[in-house]
Amino acid sequence: MDDTYYKPQDLPRFPEMGAAAPELWQKFNDWYRAVFAEGALGEREKALIALAVAHAVQCPYCIDAYSTASLEKGADLAQMTEAVHVAAAIRGGAALVHGVQMRAHVHGVAM
Amino acid sequence: VTNPVVPASTLRRRAHPLASASEQRARLDALPLRRSFGAAVAEAGAGPLRAGPPRVLQMNLGKLCNQTCRHCHVDAGPDRREVMSPAVVDACLALLERSPSITTIDLTGGAPELHPAFRDIVRRARALGRQIMDRCNLTVLELPRHHDLAAFLAEHRVEVVASLPHFAGLATDAQRGQGVFATSIEALRRLNRLGYGREGSNLVLTLVSNPTGAFLPGAQASIERDFRRELHRRWGVVFNRLHTITNMPISRFLEFLDERGHLAAYMERLLGAFNAATLEGLMCRDTLSVGWDGALYDCDFNQMLELPLAASVLDLGPGDAGAALAGRAVRVGPHCFGCTAGQGSSCGGAVAGGAQAR
Repeated sequence: MDDTYYKPQDLPRFPEMGAAAPELWQKFNDWYRAVFAEGALGEREKALIALAVAHAVQCPYCIDAYSTASLEKGADLAQMTEAVHVAAAIRGGAALVHGVQMRAHVHGVAM
Repeated sequence: VTNPVVPASTLRRRAHPLASASEQRARLDALPLRRSFGAAVAEAGAGPLRAGPPRVLQMNLGKLCNQTCRHCHVDAGPDRREVMSPAVVDACLALLERSPSITTIDLTGGAPELHPAFRDIVRRARALGRQIMDRCNLTVLELPRHHDLAAFLAEHRVEVVASLPHFAGLATDAQRGQGVFATSIEALRRLNRLGYGREGSNLVLTLVSNPTGAFLPGAQASIERDFRRELHRRWGVVFNRLHTITNMPISRFLEFLDERGHLAAYMERLLGAFNAATLEGLMCRDTLSVGWDGALYDCDFNQMLELPLAASVLDLGPGDAGAALAGRAVRVGPHCFGCTAGQGSSCGGAVAGGAQAR
């Protein structure tokens, strides 16, 4: 298969999502901008959280966007790598903690 | 992919085509940008950019440097031998003496401290009652033959404007060379011991952070907060203020953008982030830049692209520089979008506060 579902050139087309629902798009944009503004958390911290979440939800667009954003907000590769490890640890831990459910089931059905 | 720390050398040394300013201008002019810088300024209702009386005389003492940073717009390095002659130095100081509007001397390079007359220039400019800024790469302060340089700067109340792209070593060394970060921290501690960056000492330590790649600087206030916390926590280093500076698509940063295939996208990014609120505070409005050979320019970037004013410092008339040069039209090109992107960028950092137009 030559083509892929994800294309880098599609990221700048994101605003096309406003074409058929401009009011919802506007609300999303206003909210999104407010979320990432400097607040109790700094811009760099928010960019690193977004980068980690992008890996957890495995969104290639978000990974590109928030890799650049993290650099622009002053993070370096070491911090960004640690952020990805946080996402990976939570994903890995989330799988592993379900082992308790597995064990409870086994104890229920097995002798 | 981790970018390897490339032992950079100058474009000149490698006989690279981009060692030529005209080749750089041709590359920039050939980019299919949506609009020219002049058109962007006109659309903002700011007319052609004009300079006022110079407040800052920026003396580029030459291209010699002990570092070879990946992003250097000067193409400076240890192999460069162009340094300002005594005649040009004398002409600059004479210009200073007869130009009351110029309150500050901004010494840059290369590493300006490597100029043989650096200390003499500082003493003479101080005797004329001017403020002095030294654009310092920090590692020069740790060279054995310059062991007393930091104390000299303190003695003459020179503001140290020090390059440090990041508060950690990884990104800093990738841009400035292996081991530069550790030496820079030693130099900052030395400056702190002399009183630089400390309340009440009157010794000003300004940090300059520029991006370590093909992206724009973040909000200056936010970056400064992070640097202040992290440099103190990790290294016990303090400073007075931080400036963010956008990397200019000139010389080695132009080469970097070109090599990585980012040139067109970077220029589009700068253009898309054009912020008319930066125009009033652009450094070309109140800076006069002098090259090592005495040629005059609107800024250090125009100097590297060889876009000079008509007169050289050697043949400027006998009067006040303000009278001679105020009102001149600034020479602009696509690179000027670097100074107007987002919060704007100048040798004094961001030029427009508040929200960034991204």
